[in-house]
Amino acid sequence: MTKLFRRLTGAFACLLLAAAALAQQPFIVVASTTSTEQSGLFPQLLPAFEKDTGINVRVVAVGTGQALDIGRRGDADVVFVHDKTAELKWLAEGEGVRRYPVMYNDFVLVGPASDPARVKGSKDITTALKAIADAKAPFVSRADKSGTHAAELRLWKDAGVDIDTAKGPWYRETGSGMGAALNTASELNAYILADRGTWLNFKNRGELGIAVEGDKRLFNQYGVMLVNPDKHPNVKKELGQKFIDWLVSPRGQAVIAAYKIGGEQLFFPNAGTDS
Amino acid sequence: MGDAEWGGLPIAASAVDVARGDTQVLQGVDVLIERGTRTFILGENGAGKSTLLRVLHGLIAPTRGTVTWGGDTSRPPRQAMVFQRPVLLRRSAAGNVRHALKLAGVRGSSAQRCIEHALAHVGLAALAKRPARVLSGGEQQRLALARAWALAPDVLFLDEPTASLDPPSARAVEAIVNDIHALGTTIVMTTHHLAQAKRLADSVVLLQAGRVAEHTAAAQFFSEPCSAYGRAFLEGERL
Amino acid sequence: MNTLAESFSVALAMITHLDPRVTAIVALSLGVSLTSTVCSAVIGLPLGAAVAIGRFPGRGPLIVALNAAMGLPPVVVGLLVYLLLSRAGPLGSMGLLFTPQAMVIAQTVLIVPLVAALTRQIVEDAWIEYREQLRSLDSSWLQSTLTLLWDTRWSLLTVVLAGFGRAASEVGAVIIVGGNIDGITRVMTTAIALETSKGDLPLALGLGIVLITLVTTLNLGAHVTRQWARARLG
Repeated sequence: MTKLFRRLTGAFACLLLAAAALAQQPFIVVASTTSTEQSGLFPQLLPAFEKDTGINVRVVAVGTGQALDIGRRGDADVVFVHDKTAELKWLAEGEGVRRYPVMYNDFVLVGPASDPARVKGSKDITTALKAIADAKAPFVSRADKSGTHAAELRLWKDAGVDIDTAKGPWYRETGSGMGAALNTASELNAYILADRGTWLNFKNRGELGIAVEGDKRLFNQYGVMLVNPDKHPNVKKELGQKFIDWLVSPRGQAVIAAYKIGGEQLFFPNAGTDS
Repeated sequence: MGDAEWGGLPIAASAVDVARGDTQVLQGVDVLIERGTRTFILGENGAGKSTLLRVLHGLIAPTRGTVTWGGDTSRPPRQAMVFQRPVLLRRSAAGNVRHALKLAGVRGSSAQRCIEHALAHVGLAALAKRPARVLSGGEQQRLALARAWALAPDVLFLDEPTASLDPPSARAVEAIVNDIHALGTTIVMTTHHLAQAKRLADSVVLLQAGRVAEHTAAAQFFSEPCSAYGRAFLEGERL
Repeated sequence: MNTLAESFSVALAMITHLDPRVTAIVALSLGVSLTSTVCSAVIGLPLGAAVAIGRFPGRGPLIVALNAAMGLPPVVVGLLVYLLLSRAGPLGSMGLLFTPQAMVIAQTVLIVPLVAALTRQIVEDAWIEYREQLRSLDSSWLQSTLTLLWDTRWSLLTVVLAGFGRAASEVGAVIIVGGNIDGITRVMTTAIALETSKGDLPLALGLGIVLITLVTTLNLGAHVTRQWARARLG
């Protein structure tokens, strides 16, 4: 009995020590999106940043909407998402300091090999989406207030489809992250809008493949913002700003550009532009 | 073994009623237990024997009426009870006795001496370290008695202590009860066993449906009961 | 079927090669769940015993509440603790959100009702058996609580293990309050959730097999201990 007790207190002590050790190294909390995490970018990016500055970055990856909400509550120091409209609104509410464009990638329309809406190979996303809605071909939507979801809704609108009235059993809203939604689409053999990064890293493809790509409207811009330290005094503004400065610096931009999957570059740095 | 003090005795139950829900278990019971006596409570099943025993021990409060111990209305400390099925903790035999002594405020080496004496008196010295729950029925009941003995009680209450035992074990228990009594402890016991009562009792309380039918000296009761019910009760047994 | 076969080989490879990332995740899982189990035991065992023995107004509703709380959805507990620990919440100044400590807190909140409710049942059954004898021996309320807790210790071990099992296998609470941060708050269950959503099902299932093996081994050890104890102590 005492032996068990000693082992337990030992494990407990180890946990406390580990926690203490973690607390020694400077760190920031970055609220980012599932697509950014699931593209595999962070394991490339963050160790480079830590090597250069000694700052540990803790990424909480959730949907864009939730990431901005985490920032609103002051639970993160930096927000790194990809929904310009929502980001600007968030800034306007006084939640952040300034928006820096960092990089872009694009969305792709992924679809089943059987291609029921006959959109494969098209370079026009809006006609493709219209065709899907007309054919009532199975389509999976993330429906989770993420950057991807916001882009999807914009594209439906551009395609002239009022998705709220047009939706039916063919339109499946999963309320989940990119990977989970892709799993569902793979299972249902449905069309889905995905960011190229997550798609390239996704392993459970089933019969899915890229149906539509290259349309300029599929452009997906990432922005980074410091959470407003005036509103939340606990925000580590110096460390957070260091992260932002590093991301938009030539070094950070080079690391971003260097990230490839299967020889293909995922993200295209464009800091300093007006995006 | 504590008979310098007079606290706790006599035990006087006065006009005691005990109701459980809608049933009246005891009604208008007047009983006096004198120091040094061996009182046996007899009666049919459901007559209220166990309840009366518990009322006298202070485990059950009467719904009406009073119980006093040596004139005091609060339950005195130096009492012990042994139940029909021995209630023992998941520890060694010695451990069970030690637990009772600890509750009575006796610890350390004086406790150890008490434990050894008590176990020796009931013939369980060799089984001191054995887990109490693996002992036989008779051994467990003797252990319960050893636990009571170690507490040196002024009054020992026993609720049909030999009902689940074979005759040799029952005799052993009776012998121990007699030994405890010989040291000055007052005994209050319930039993179904008329022969046992005849052997051991000084005084008999006969209950009939919650009321006292008779409360006389044992010799008197067994030769010539005062009440008609008492006669019928003894007749019934003889049949 | 292929996924299953692949998962078993992945799991085996993980265990034998002791992949450092996997070991770190397993160690954190065990650390968090064991710590929360110990905390829940410290709170829940005496609480359950006290409710079992005590007689006070509101005891009945409290027992119903404890039993119902056994079925608290982990994700709801996670959300409540998140709101509590968030900077915007009452305990925000402690800065505990997205740390292993937050995960311990959430899991403790989750399993205290389980431990307390089951302890109450076990101790109450023992109390029915021992009540008269303990009262005859003038045992105080506190002394009786301790005696019963010790006497039912082997059954209570099963309760504590049930608590551990629930803590180690839940994902809803820890993913919300921990944030599933790589290297900091990623435990087995949240890693499984992540790998599943990345579509890497063999890896996810492989981790699952490791988790099940761990919990089963612990329970097996406890079962053997109980059998031994029963034989020795009756």
